Amino acid sequence: MPLKLIDANNLKKSFGNFIAVDNIDLAVHRGEVVGFLGPNGAGKSTTMKMLTGFLEPDSGDILINNIDLKSYPLEAKQFIGYLPEGAPSYSDMEVSEFLSFVGKMRGINNKNILNRRLDDMANQINLKDVWNRPIETLSKGFKRRVGIAQALIHDPDILILDEPTDGLDPNQKHEMRDLIKNISKNKAIVISTHILEEVEAVCSRAVIIANGKLLANEKPVNLGNNLKQKSVLCILLSNKINSTISKEIKANLNYKNVEIQSVSNTSGKILMQGDEKSLDLNKIIAQLKKQKLHVVEAYFIKPTLDEIFRKITQGE
Amino acid sequence: MNTYFNKTYIIFDRELRGYFRTPLASIFLLVFLALSSGMTFFLGRFFERDQADLIAFFSWHPWLFLILMPAIGMRLWAEERRSGTIELLITLPVTNTQLVVGKFLASWVFTLIALVLSMPIWITVNYLGDPDNNVILISYIGSWLMAGAFLALTSCLSTLTKNQVIAFIISSISGFILIMAGFSLILSAVRSWAPVWITETISSMSFLSHFSRIQMGVFDLNSLIFFLSMIILCLWINIQLVQIKKAD
Repeated sequence: MPLKLIDANNLKKSFGNFIAVDNIDLAVHRGEVVGFLGPNGAGKSTTMKMLTGFLEPDSGDILINNIDLKSYPLEAKQFIGYLPEGAPSYSDMEVSEFLSFVGKMRGINNKNILNRRLDDMANQINLKDVWNRPIETLSKGFKRRVGIAQALIHDPDILILDEPTDGLDPNQKHEMRDLIKNISKNKAIVISTHILEEVEAVCSRAVIIANGKLLANEKPVNLGNNLKQKSVLCILLSNKINSTISKEIKANLNYKNVEIQSVSNTSGKILMQGDEKSLDLNKIIAQLKKQKLHVVEAYFIKPTLDEIFRKITQGE
Repeated sequence: MNTYFNKTYIIFDRELRGYFRTPLASIFLLVFLALSSGMTFFLGRFFERDQADLIAFFSWHPWLFLILMPAIGMRLWAEERRSGTIELLITLPVTNTQLVVGKFLASWVFTLIALVLSMPIWITVNYLGDPDNNVILISYIGSWLMAGAFLALTSCLSTLTKNQVIAFIISSISGFILIMAGFSLILSAVRSWAPVWITETISSMSFLSHFSRIQMGVFDLNSLIFFLSMIILCLWINIQLVQIKKAD
């Protein structure tokens, strides 16, 4: 088993009466990329803030590379690179200045090593074009990259990224995911996101947090499969729908979860629960044609992340 | 130990350079020089006094600092909290003490630059007459220490808000109270109901009375220690406040 770089147990944190994080356990090994999924206010950021030492948990303990974060914060923090939510940075500083400030604060005292790391960042994160520009003049995408660069400057064993791809365009998102994948071999990485595909693309494990509780902790594939069963086939018809017709449709299709709605005088909608695997679209359309119904459009609706959360949190 | 000071220095260095990254530094220095010399010559009647000293110059410093020090220090923590960079700072391998001290020192050294730039007035007075340069040197040191006390107070209070303007206002008001603490108007109001020791404590907190003693050229150790302990006390509270308010 690879080394456990993050080992958090029974983490609890409340703000006043509000329980932000409720008894969360989390272990992350070297080589793992763990994706935190959850709606806003679910406790993702609070958990990350505790792992990085920004917030102290009310109870529970955190070991960073086997060092107790509470007792030896300075030693433990050396191993962590952190991108806070919104990628804050000193907007009046130039990119190079800011990164070298963080590098020095991270303990890179040797000038040659610092310069080499800065070059690495410029190349790896594609910052060359904006290297000497004040951060306030940069686009959101570049600001985010600067945030990633400051988290990576000291080549940390542990990387904690709060919404690293938020605000990036699709190309940049792709690059960011590639970057995370490339560096993940020797690190333990925790990222938080709203985007399910992102978890499937880069994470080796997905953790769902809602209402401060850890509700799922499994491989993204399993999570994905779990969800596909809950997708819905939607078929639009250009026929008038009345109760007789809908009874006929139900009888013909002979499928459990069918819902038929009349949309207007000349159109209707059939909703069937299932995905591409469980439903044969051609057969269904042929079936409907026999009944002299005209199919205008048919498509699968995959559940959004919000729905998944609602379902998971409501225990369905 | 070496790395301890090293980190404080890196914070200090970033912060001090920060003043010069925006026009703030030059505007501040200009305003300070214009106001301090303007007050000396017009309000302080530097020439009419016909004395080779800088009392006309220094006696305005408490009032100047009351506005200018909050202007320098208001952003120290309010801006970190507003922009979220406080999260970056706290998660670096550095203690809150290093952060608070490094930032404070940057603002304090910045006021030292302002004071040094006001030295032509010292040269002028030496050219025109034969002043007691020891008194002037002690006054400069006293003035810088008082500026430090104002700044430490501002730094501490700027932790309470994310808004620089609010930080400025509460710092100025608190500074005003500390200046006025020695005035008989305030003291007599307190004396009517409070025990003597409270009245005496309040009166001993007055920036104005401490500074005027230094200004007279009395190398008053008490007053110097007063400003130093004021700085240390405010910074200590500042460190606690950073811990309490960082995540709000």
